[in-house]
Amino acid sequence: MTGSPDNTLVEFHNVAFSLPGVGSPIISNLNLTVSRGETLVLLGESGCGKTTTLKLVNRLLLPTAGEVLVEGKSTTAWDPIMLRRRIGYVIQEGGLFPHFTIARNVGLVPALSGWSEKRIEDRVHELLQLVGLDQDKFASRYPRELSGGQRQRVGVARALAADPSLLLLDEPFGALDPLTRASLQREFGSLAKRLGKTAIFVTHDVREALILASRIGLMYAGKLSLLEPPERFLASDNQHARAYVDSLELVNKPDQAAGDKR
Amino acid sequence: MNFWRFLQQNWFELLTLVRQHIALVVIAIAVAVVIGVPTGILVTRRQSLRGPVLGLANVMQTIPSLALFGFLIPLPFIGGIGARTALVALVLYALLPIIRNTVTGILGVEPSVREAAVAMGMTDTQVLWQVELPLAMGVIVTGIRVATVISVGVATIAAAVGAGGLGVYIFRGLRQYDNSLLLAGALPAALLALAADFSLGLVEQQFAFDPKRSRVTFVQKFVLVVLALFVILAGYGFWRGARMQIEKRLEQGHVAIGSKDFTESILLGEIVAQLLEARGVSVERQFELGGNLPHEALVSGRLDLYPEYTGTSYAAILHHPPISDPRAVYDQVKREYAERFKIEVSPPLGFENTFAILVRGAEARRLKLKTISDAVPYVRKWRAGFGQDFMSRADGYPGFSRAYGLQFAEQPREMDLSLTYIALASGQVDLIAGNSTEGRIAKLDLFQLEDDRHYFPPYEAVYLARQDSLANVPALRDALAKLANSISTDEMRRLNYEVDGNKRDPKDVIREWIIGKGL
Repeated sequence: MTGSPDNTLVEFHNVAFSLPGVGSPIISNLNLTVSRGETLVLLGESGCGKTTTLKLVNRLLLPTAGEVLVEGKSTTAWDPIMLRRRIGYVIQEGGLFPHFTIARNVGLVPALSGWSEKRIEDRVHELLQLVGLDQDKFASRYPRELSGGQRQRVGVARALAADPSLLLLDEPFGALDPLTRASLQREFGSLAKRLGKTAIFVTHDVREALILASRIGLMYAGKLSLLEPPERFLASDNQHARAYVDSLELVNKPDQAAGDKR
Repeated sequence: MNFWRFLQQNWFELLTLVRQHIALVVIAIAVAVVIGVPTGILVTRRQSLRGPVLGLANVMQTIPSLALFGFLIPLPFIGGIGARTALVALVLYALLPIIRNTVTGILGVEPSVREAAVAMGMTDTQVLWQVELPLAMGVIVTGIRVATVISVGVATIAAAVGAGGLGVYIFRGLRQYDNSLLLAGALPAALLALAADFSLGLVEQQFAFDPKRSRVTFVQKFVLVVLALFVILAGYGFWRGARMQIEKRLEQGHVAIGSKDFTESILLGEIVAQLLEARGVSVERQFELGGNLPHEALVSGRLDLYPEYTGTSYAAILHHPPISDPRAVYDQVKREYAERFKIEVSPPLGFENTFAILVRGAEARRLKLKTISDAVPYVRKWRAGFGQDFMSRADGYPGFSRAYGLQFAEQPREMDLSLTYIALASGQVDLIAGNSTEGRIAKLDLFQLEDDRHYFPPYEAVYLARQDSLANVPALRDALAKLANSISTDEMRRLNYEVDGNKRDPKDVIREWIIGKGL
């Protein structure tokens, strides 16, 4: 099962996580391997532990049992600051700093890493172009002056700034209107492929998972219930996977669904 | 019109008081920010500290300001009289809003923003300085703004501990029943509070991160710059003043003269001050000190001299039961002060300022009253009004009513001493305990009943001076010797009336009196 060490970026070994004083664990007995270049989508309802799984990777949380390896090294052994600067992180609404201009938001990690001003400026320019934002128009604006979709593009650009090999995305497109969401999903898919980035992507939207994933990890009640590529996910007889697939069919065949109800 | 004339004549003193007031507030707020903001940050890092720290700051703010000054006065290092005590109290008051808003501001930063900061690989320090503080700054500035406005108000009370500021006019105005003085103190204080509120409101807007609101107009910028300049100048002036005071202290022959917080005491202090200045001695005036403050300051060496009354020393400070022989009281006080405090009592100045039991002159003539005993049958139908001092001290109301067996129609009204004269003259009360040297007794046609049972101890006016000060400054001993037996009761009444009745400056009144006397 385990790929060659060179090809493996993130590994979960019997990982559990629980909050002190809370009875049931948020995550239990999680085993998972993420290979370089793949986009793993963690799919599940809210509270299933998918966001917690994500935060265990960049050490926003530490496992209470088992271990998480990044590039073959346990997260407990990493210097958390160094680890996080090597991993891009995108959250809903972008998590942009409202008091920084767009340029400063995007150039944050390079600035923290001590790049020269000229190099940061060039990189910001490059990244804004990459996510389809006009440098002259947006660089000096503040997040408040942007639309939700534009903010999300900035969030992606910020995550890519220091050219990390791994991206963590926590429902990045969750708060957008359907049209904007669809176009951003398409763009992000091709961007990740083009740049050869590894991504762990958290969502509760099965359509999004099917569009972006090389593999879908279905999470239920803190456990990994299913881990398959999209085509096998659609055909699976796993009960939770079926529920998601049925919801898709409801959308695709509205007449029949309406007829059933009548 | 009266108010404008007052301003014209006193604008320089007013500016000095405004400067002192601003300096008190600016220094207090600066110190409170330096203490409060880090404390607030610490409290956001250590949750267990939050309750105790905010609770303590809360309690601090609930202590009435006068009481807080009272607690501070006897403390070493931070207490005593003057600006230092006032600053300590102001800082304590300013802490709560600053700490509370720092905590609220930092905890109010959106969790997703803080999480993003951590996930980008910021260190704790970077999260604090680059994200939490900038985003909390608006709320923190609001706290500073609230604290500043509160401080402008509380600083008026600082005058009670000799720290100067606009409260000097307010207290003096209350005492002399002078609306011009009250207005001259209260109006600039209110304007200062408004100006502070407005300018810090502009600063606050800078941190709003809303591009539409945060653009400051040219006029607003101009106002900010002017205010900032004013504050800097005031700070510089205060610093210069403090430096000069220190330099003066180092000079030979420097004398700090105190007085109590009523006109006569100020006049008596002023006499010595001018006599010494005429002899080239530098004088620091610490006038208008309340309660036992002058005594404590004299004992601790912060004052070299202040005017006192033998009966007060005898009963209120040495705690002896009242006796009526002036000679015995004077000798006893002189001996005990020398032994216990190393303080010398000057020869009597020639007049007494005893409690004068006063009734309306018309009433006295109608009922043919001469003595307090004559009035005893009538007081059952009378109302009395007494100053706070008389109501509380051992030789005041409790002993007095017992000695004469007095029973008033109702519990005596406790009010400001200087208001009792007007209350009596206008018929709102029927008997008061005034000062025998009060200038308005004749003006208001009041009649002093004779203390036929000799209840009140003698209150001969004297100066109390530190023995070491007398040894160091020969001119001081000369001045005291010259003043022995030099002021009669009538003369004192006239001087008091010049200030209280004719609203003249004590300095001018004393200058004329010294020239007239050929001193």
